[in-house]
Amino acid sequence: MITAERKPMEEIMGYVEPCQRILLVGCNECVTVCAAGGRKEVGLLSSALQMAFMKSGKVLQVKELTLERQCDPEYVEELVREIDGVDAVLSMACGCGVQEIARRFRDKPVFPAVNTSFMGASERQGVWAERCQGCGNCVLGLTGGICPIARCSKRLLNGPCGGSTGGKCEISPDVDCAWHLIWERMKALGMEKSYEQVMPARDWRTSRDGGPRKIVREDLAL
Amino acid sequence: MKTDSRLEKVLKTGGLAVTSECGPPRGAVPEKIREKAAMLKGYVDAINVTDNQTAVVRMSSLAACIFIRQMGLSAILQMVARDRNRIAMQSDILGAYSHGVDTMLCLSGDHPKFGDHPMAANVYDIDSVQMVQMVKQMRDEGTFQGGGDIENPPKMYIGAAANPFADPFELRVPRLAKKVTAGVDFIQTQCVYNLDKFERWMAQIRERGLHEKVHILAGITPMKSAGMARYMKNRVPGMDVPDELVNRMAGVPKEKQGAEGLTIAVESIERLKEVKGLSGFHIMAIEWEEKVPEIVERAGLLPRPEV
Amino acid sequence: MANRFEPVIAAFCCHYCSYTAADMAGSMRLSYPPNVHIIRVPCSGKVDAIHIMKAFEKGADGVYVAGCLEGDCHFKNGNVRAGRRVEYVKKLLDEIGIGGERLEMITMSAGMGELFARTASDFTEKIRKEGPNPVKSLPGAAVRSAAG
Repeated sequence: MITAERKPMEEIMGYVEPCQRILLVGCNECVTVCAAGGRKEVGLLSSALQMAFMKSGKVLQVKELTLERQCDPEYVEELVREIDGVDAVLSMACGCGVQEIARRFRDKPVFPAVNTSFMGASERQGVWAERCQGCGNCVLGLTGGICPIARCSKRLLNGPCGGSTGGKCEISPDVDCAWHLIWERMKALGMEKSYEQVMPARDWRTSRDGGPRKIVREDLAL
Repeated sequence: MKTDSRLEKVLKTGGLAVTSECGPPRGAVPEKIREKAAMLKGYVDAINVTDNQTAVVRMSSLAACIFIRQMGLSAILQMVARDRNRIAMQSDILGAYSHGVDTMLCLSGDHPKFGDHPMAANVYDIDSVQMVQMVKQMRDEGTFQGGGDIENPPKMYIGAAANPFADPFELRVPRLAKKVTAGVDFIQTQCVYNLDKFERWMAQIRERGLHEKVHILAGITPMKSAGMARYMKNRVPGMDVPDELVNRMAGVPKEKQGAEGLTIAVESIERLKEVKGLSGFHIMAIEWEEKVPEIVERAGLLPRPEV
Repeated sequence: MANRFEPVIAAFCCHYCSYTAADMAGSMRLSYPPNVHIIRVPCSGKVDAIHIMKAFEKGADGVYVAGCLEGDCHFKNGNVRAGRRVEYVKKLLDEIGIGGERLEMITMSAGMGELFARTASDFTEKIRKEGPNPVKSLPGAAVRSAAG
């Protein structure tokens, strides 16, 4: 999933400070699962914002709404019924959702209430960790199902570097050494031999380095 | 001979090579480089110049290498994958070679987190193994990564690092083998304090015949104090300092700890000279360059050959 | 003393411990301030961040969540989770200027009637010193409740 974290209240309050009425929009997908911007968090932020402004004698009217998906135009269309009369939209979705609202409602300011963090998996309740960088050319088949690009701090394709200690990365004892994990997995799968094949330099064009990316599926076009 | 590198020539004689390093200054002060290099003149075969080591900004390795070349000494350009993409790397290699820098060391580099710019983007377009491949391709095929031909290809003698002490230990020789496959000519190792473990590592290297394909120089760093020994043991990732060494340093009065550190370095070299397959020593006296001549002399590594 | 500030305290009390302790305090004839409004919950772990926020929004000057002693939760670890949630909301209250010190997590067993009464008194006094919840004392609050 795409993970996110709420922005500091001060920053959010700075965005909506000039507004009298806002539409606070959550998303029922990834940000709900990582407890950053689902219906629950929308309620909490709404309450916090209203109290924060009430302190200075200002009544901020907050309309709360959580869409099924903020990154799809069909769902964003639902905002048509709600958006009139509000001064701004505050989105609790990932950056994709914020931008989809901005694209659909050209003359309405839209502000992010969360920082979109990374594509990750839930390690345990309340803990998420990065797993994928969307490089556009998956190497997991060669690395025992553990991604060196997302999980090695130096994205080495021929790791581990000399800083690997006791299975941990040199940057922090809280970070696993991806190449240690890859090696353990290769051993478990009997893939030790393939370790010594040099992974050649990558073509990063499939990643962000090639410019903003797009997927076009003619077969699905309406 | 693949190159005109002085280090390659020394290694070809079959004798033990000696290299040292100097860290460029944190400022536009070329005198500092010249001072450090002058201390090493006649005592080492080539001088490594670090590339923003520990991710702290310093004068560029390339510029400092040029100063060393201008003094008639041989410089080894260190290059880390952290700060440059392959366009910048190849461009710097052309520049270095044009200035007579014909030996280089390909490194991943310390993560920016450790340095004075933890907020900087880290590049890692390619890794150190791929960098070795790239430099070899430039030298032997005369082509850039993009496929274009190079006019007067840079004949670089290619080095890389190895850390025999990092984990997992069983991967240390296979990773070196990858660098050999990629085309590395020489290896400079991480500082060796745990001699037993280093000898085990060398035994594995000989078992696979890797010592016949690559020249290995053991890293030697004299310790200035017991405090430094403790710091290296506990704080530097991938460093293996045995307790007995820390205790030995701590066992002498503070003012004599430096001398003890030098003696340990000399003893280490003398013991490692006997290790079959080892081609020399890389003496990294961190901000203590003035002691390198003493170590080289006491370890019986003089005179340096004329090649 | 006529104008003494009388804080409104919301106490989320777990059915298995503090709520029973409150009963016991009653039967022991221990008095505690009438400022404390008890909300019975099946487990302190049932108290969500939004419940606490709504209590403040509606004019509570202080809130505490009273759960079982560590290791005694009827539902294994509801009290521990409540404690973490309280910490989270305290930070949020600090961020919006209400003040995290207006919220506490307290633990006790069903037999601690005396502790219940003392906690109620102590917390009421603490909030009395803090003064009114800044939100309810301001004109905006009146407008809002009139509108709402």
